[in-house]
Amino acid sequence: MSSADTDAPVAEAPTDERRDALVARVQAKLGAGVVETHVIPGVDAWVRVTRDAWADAAQVMTDLGFTFFDYLSAIDWYPNIHGKNEEPPTNPIVVPATSAELEHGVTGGETRFQLIARVYSPEEKIGLHLKADLPDDDLAAPTWSRVYFGADWHEREVWEMFGIDFRGHRNLAHLYLPGDFEGHPLRKDFPLLARHVKPWPGLVDVEAMPGEPDEDEDATEGGEGE
Amino acid sequence: MTITERDRHYVSTTLSEARVNLEIETDGMTLNLGPQHPATHGTLRIIVKLDGEQVVACEVGAGYMHRGYEKLCEVRTYPQVTTLINRIDWLSHFANEVPFILAAEQLMGIEAPPRAQYIRTIFHEMARLGNITLFLGEMGLQLGAMTATFYAFRDREHVLNLLEAVTGGRFHPNFDRIGGLKDDLPKGWVDECHAVMKKIRGFCDEMEDLVMGNEIFQVRTRGIGIIPKHIALSYGLTGANARASGVDLDLRRDDKDIAMAWKHADFKVWTHPDGDSFARYWVRLQEVRESTYIIDQLLDGLPAGPIMAKVPRIIKVPAGEAYVQTENPLGWMGFYVVSKGDLGPFRVKIRTASFNNTSVIPWVCRGLYVPDVITVLASLYFILGDIDR
Repeated sequence: MSSADTDAPVAEAPTDERRDALVARVQAKLGAGVVETHVIPGVDAWVRVTRDAWADAAQVMTDLGFTFFDYLSAIDWYPNIHGKNEEPPTNPIVVPATSAELEHGVTGGETRFQLIARVYSPEEKIGLHLKADLPDDDLAAPTWSRVYFGADWHEREVWEMFGIDFRGHRNLAHLYLPGDFEGHPLRKDFPLLARHVKPWPGLVDVEAMPGEPDEDEDATEGGEGE
Repeated sequence: MTITERDRHYVSTTLSEARVNLEIETDGMTLNLGPQHPATHGTLRIIVKLDGEQVVACEVGAGYMHRGYEKLCEVRTYPQVTTLINRIDWLSHFANEVPFILAAEQLMGIEAPPRAQYIRTIFHEMARLGNITLFLGEMGLQLGAMTATFYAFRDREHVLNLLEAVTGGRFHPNFDRIGGLKDDLPKGWVDECHAVMKKIRGFCDEMEDLVMGNEIFQVRTRGIGIIPKHIALSYGLTGANARASGVDLDLRRDDKDIAMAWKHADFKVWTHPDGDSFARYWVRLQEVRESTYIIDQLLDGLPAGPIMAKVPRIIKVPAGEAYVQTENPLGWMGFYVVSKGDLGPFRVKIRTASFNNTSVIPWVCRGLYVPDVITVLASLYFILGDIDR
């Protein structure tokens, strides 16, 4: 075992035939339900479907042999208005009025909340992410728990953490939080009180060491002891 | 085929609620296991509805240890997150760090040098040893065989000492860095590690005689808590729980793209067709043995070179999303990281093995007797921090 190639870059523009074929198969089955697809060669792939096709998507995936349920969760694209308590209070973060003005990053999506789930094929040994945007005025999606039993708890978690309703779920009860809890903790507009009570001491870690010139680049962390 | 099975599942869950004992008119009884029950590995609450001594319905009350790691990750920088995620599954310490670091590296487009990849893999396997040896003893404890636990703690100590020699931490090494590792191995560590692997294999032989060969153990575990293959897949069971149900899935072997050294080792993935509590114990025992062989092979093939790639001092991760999961001691652990190009992640979804593994409890416990519930809980092997995060 020699260390011949330490950081040899991979060939440019790699293609991933397995994932491309998989996405094509899903697209053929779901038809107009597919909004957008994306393949990261050699890494992952995702398919974004409309909310109406969310239930069909689960059925289609099981039919394609993706019988293993990995996880289901959601993303809130709202800016982190409470910040990390790093921003001065005189300089508040501008909050967009509508969800269309939000900055959605690169994961695809047009609204504030996005569902994300992953299924896996035990035969083909390949996984696929599925995404769906939820409209702001109607935060709900059809349940997956009748197709994938494992989605039961995941949907309960998303329900209490994000306030997204799952239609057809037979037991949307609190999983983690006490029954009378108010608010949805994983939403970005829910304050993390611990940060407001006490300033975060870990901030010093990202500043330059005292007595050192400010150099951002070419200094490796954790090299030989100084 | 699966449709009827699903229907049966839903019909039986609802019908069992309404079942009455026709011979003797008895009231059902609700029994509360936990939250402070030694057999539940911490603060998990199991509420069982009993008809006589048989479980009619079962509900799991989690959340007593919910610490909100997904929220806390959003207010930390990338290097600070590893400190937190060490504590998700506190027995798998280093193995928790690996998928997060790999996800961050994937977004930054860097890869750890080969030596770092090897050492990472070795520590990942050592986390498995430390974790599963404890299970092998603890399972005996929960079934009333106290002796096995002491053997397990004795031999786990050797593994923890090895970890301590390199990282300085026995439980929370916090040793993994974006781009590589904090330090190299100390002198003489490799030989010592080989010796410990021999000891662990000896421990496995002992457990085979002491626990698995025990007739009482076999009677109490064989045929108890059977999870069929399609149920295991549908609930998303991973790790030894799935492999004991005949699901031949192991990310160490199946995920070829991941930047870890498992692809350089030759090992067997053990499965068992039975799906009962005994099979889960058996598979884990074989896994520990296989794991020692992996470590031996990787130590022999350990390449020379740097342990850290070129990484900027202040780590800013470019915008994007990454999902990386590895085969952790309890099963698959995955991190879905969304970055907006800041110092810290925008959203981190932590997919833990125990969460999915315990969600099957209500299904598998129906129809069991109360002592068998303990067997099932013990053999499913979850860590509370791993469920609640």
